Amino acid sequence: MAAALLLHLALLLLAPPLMLGVIGKTKAAFAGRQGPPLLQTYRDIAKLARKGAVYSRTTTWIFRAGPLVALAAVLCAGLVLPLASGASPLGFTGDVVAFAYLFGLARFFTMAAALDTGSSFEGMGASREAAFSALAEPALFLSMTILCVPAGSPTFSDAFRSLPWPAWGFAHPTYLAAALSLFAVLLAENSRIPVDDPATHLELTMIHEVMVLDHGGPDLAFVLYGSAVKLFVIGALLTHVLLPVPAAGGWRGAALLGGGEIALAALVGVVESVMARLRLPRVPQFLVGAAVLSAMGLAALVYRGAP
Amino acid sequence: MLLPILLCLALLCASAVAAVLAGRSDRTALLAGAGGCAVSCALGAAAAAAALADGTKSSLRARWPLPVGEVHVALDSLSSFFLLCVFVVSGLAAVYGAGYLRASIGRRRLAPALFFFNLLVASMAVVAIARDGILFLVAWEVMTLASFFLVTFENEREEVRRAGMTYLIASQIGVVFLFVLFAMLARSSGTYDFDRLGAAGLADTAFVLALAGFGTKAGFWPAHVWLPDAHPAAPSPVSALMSGVMIKMGIYGLLRTLTFLGPPPEWWGAALIVVGAVSGVAGVLHALAQHDLKRLLAYHSVENIGIIALGVGVGLLGQSRGNAAVAFLGYAGALLHVANHGLFKGLLFQGAGSVFHGTGTRDIESLGGLYRRMPVTATTFLAGSIAICGLPPLNGFVSEWLIYLGAFRGGAALPGGWGAWTLAAIPALALIGGLAAACFVKAFGVVFLGEPRTAAAANAHESGGAMRAPMVAGALLCLTIGLWPAAAVRLVAPAASLLANLPGAIPDVGPLGALTRVGAVLLALVLLLALLRRALLRGRDVSVGATWGCGYAAPGPRMQYTASSFAQPILALFAPVIHSRVDAKGPDGYFPAQARYEEHVGDMAGERLLVPATRRVVRALSRVHAIQQGRLQLYLVYIAATLVVLLVWQLVGSGR
Repeated sequence: MAAALLLHLALLLLAPPLMLGVIGKTKAAFAGRQGPPLLQTYRDIAKLARKGAVYSRTTTWIFRAGPLVALAAVLCAGLVLPLASGASPLGFTGDVVAFAYLFGLARFFTMAAALDTGSSFEGMGASREAAFSALAEPALFLSMTILCVPAGSPTFSDAFRSLPWPAWGFAHPTYLAAALSLFAVLLAENSRIPVDDPATHLELTMIHEVMVLDHGGPDLAFVLYGSAVKLFVIGALLTHVLLPVPAAGGWRGAALLGGGEIALAALVGVVESVMARLRLPRVPQFLVGAAVLSAMGLAALVYRGAP
Repeated sequence: MLLPILLCLALLCASAVAAVLAGRSDRTALLAGAGGCAVSCALGAAAAAAALADGTKSSLRARWPLPVGEVHVALDSLSSFFLLCVFVVSGLAAVYGAGYLRASIGRRRLAPALFFFNLLVASMAVVAIARDGILFLVAWEVMTLASFFLVTFENEREEVRRAGMTYLIASQIGVVFLFVLFAMLARSSGTYDFDRLGAAGLADTAFVLALAGFGTKAGFWPAHVWLPDAHPAAPSPVSALMSGVMIKMGIYGLLRTLTFLGPPPEWWGAALIVVGAVSGVAGVLHALAQHDLKRLLAYHSVENIGIIALGVGVGLLGQSRGNAAVAFLGYAGALLHVANHGLFKGLLFQGAGSVFHGTGTRDIESLGGLYRRMPVTATTFLAGSIAICGLPPLNGFVSEWLIYLGAFRGGAALPGGWGAWTLAAIPALALIGGLAAACFVKAFGVVFLGEPRTAAAANAHESGGAMRAPMVAGALLCLTIGLWPAAAVRLVAPAASLLANLPGAIPDVGPLGALTRVGAVLLALVLLLALLRRALLRGRDVSVGATWGCGYAAPGPRMQYTASSFAQPILALFAPVIHSRVDAKGPDGYFPAQARYEEHVGDMAGERLLVPATRRVVRALSRVHAIQQGRLQLYLVYIAATLVVLLVWQLVGSGR
């Protein structure tokens, strides 16, 4: 029990920045560059944590609370979701809802902190984030519903245990729909291409990066670490759909999860290398498309009976 | 347990009369009216909580001079629960109102407002305990009229009078359905007594009538049109009271009627899920488009009533398919959301009132930067915003979680395709939640954060203690329910099992302690990270500078993102649904002189549905105009003719 908890915490706290490294390496490979080292994100976080801070005189405590609450909420979501095994430290009946709403809390404070600076750029970022996340929410819930209905319970541990292996084959189109929809949510929630370009340099075109323009030092370290944790946690949810992690359990489960996450990060890197980002008016179509896909999956599930 | 409640009602009426008798002395009237209301609400809340805890039923009957009906009042868990909501929210609103109205002393007669305020509270309490159709309708009408006079408190303003008329007309149309409903039920069961009222064979018609009649009061789409006009027109303590509890009496009426109608067929639940989803999404979308803070909050009442309807729908479906757990979860979630919405919406309306009090405007676009100037209002408004978005660790999350849980369980367990209906509630709730978060980031961020956009906002001042105290109390209650949901669900459970028709045993709700654990871990993590940051920054350079303007050297407060721009991407997406019209002229040429942007968001239900329908009815009835000439002689002829016809009819009838 204690070992499982330690493993969970170690994975949740230590692994996430590696994901960003893998994405960077993949993109570098496509571009024919050597790219930053795999562990660059750890170094960035350590560097930022050692710096001082500058706060705008317009801001209140909301601005300083933004990165803290956002990081605390995604870490909490990571404690609710099972990682290497079928169970999690904070899991409970109905934890699926808490999982999604914790991300909502993180977003609320990030957007409020952006508006707190009074900067029009940051307001613009917050506005786009609000619009796109509101559309991503139904897609996330619909695909989680697909996972939960066969298990009969809105609980991650039950849902993961009742998943067939392999769940993504053509024998189970509903899970395929859920996985694709979750991948779209993962890209949108983590501000990746085709929704947002994390590497862009023009404030006018940014979404997530522009919201955190004014954060610096330890606050920016929290923001960077928080976005890595978010990618890792949503990636873990998707990995659980695709790989039988609970069945493996323990160290093998951790290895399976790690492999899945790395493959996922590489896939994100491939998507970023071969696609351009969508024009902003196209983004809603992408997200609504994801929601419709999972809604169709759910309809198939309900009307054809359990898969 | 009924006696203390009746004593509270007597005290409320006495203080209402005392306020009127104090008459010319506004200060005495304020003390008598608001003070009496606060004291009797405190006593009433204690009595209602005690009644909920001990769970005994009590009733009282007395004759009255009317030929039909009688005075029959009783307490059961459903009544006690709604009484608790009424008394807690009204008590807070009364204390707030005392502070709010103090600014009007000497400028306006306060006695009428205080009289009607107490009368409104008393009539809501009577609605909750009435067990006779006639008594219920009388209390219902008193409630409507008292709130009408409160809405039109500032009746020298034209838009207030208009809003008051809209409200009165909508309420009276709504109550017609209730008259028909109760007349029909009484005809089929031979009595107006709720204990013996039933609907043999007429249940479906009765359900539709109740949905229309009570839905008008509650604000179901499309009968919500009076709500966004009436709430901003009323003074803030009244908006808090009306939105916090009065519209919930519509929910109470619907739930009480459902207890007469016997086992519900499945389509009732499906209908409520559709009504709830439409009200929720339409409400939050219209809220996003508003610039008036109180109008925005009013549309959020439509949204939250939609969430409550989703809960009731899930409960009904669970009940009709005989799944006790689903029924209980749906009803418990809906009832807890009734209480939660009363708390956070009361708090938010009071916050909006404080903003108006401190700046003189409710226009979101001319505010900004109020956090430094009104820290208590801002902090409590933030708590209310997080709560209304249903985010953990506040109370809104608990009730939405219960409804989600019921919907998930229903989707997995209900046979015959009805599970799909409860599953439909899930994406609806998710979309409502996402849009609500966007709306409240906008409202909170643009009003309280950033730099003040106008001089009015820059010179804002915090409200007095009497106004701050109820907001702080409301925020603390929201946090308490959020962190200790087990206690809240214990209060709701008896009423929910009464609705779900479960004898005695309360089904397992799920691990409410786990919600406490998540909330505690979340708060602990925030604290831990704050300490970590303090440790990291110790001895380092922490300086204060200007906001990064991306190289622009002369940023001004008017360059901040506005509420309209914030909401624009979502509104553009839903433009066909919310009927928004944009009239814009962009800057033109090398030396643009002027640019213009106007956006009007009407109310779809009003403009596309109700106004054309009303116009058609008026046109159809215009032929009747011919007999209305406004001459006295003509009316005397009508009376005489009617008498003759009646006499002839009587003669012919008796001759047969």
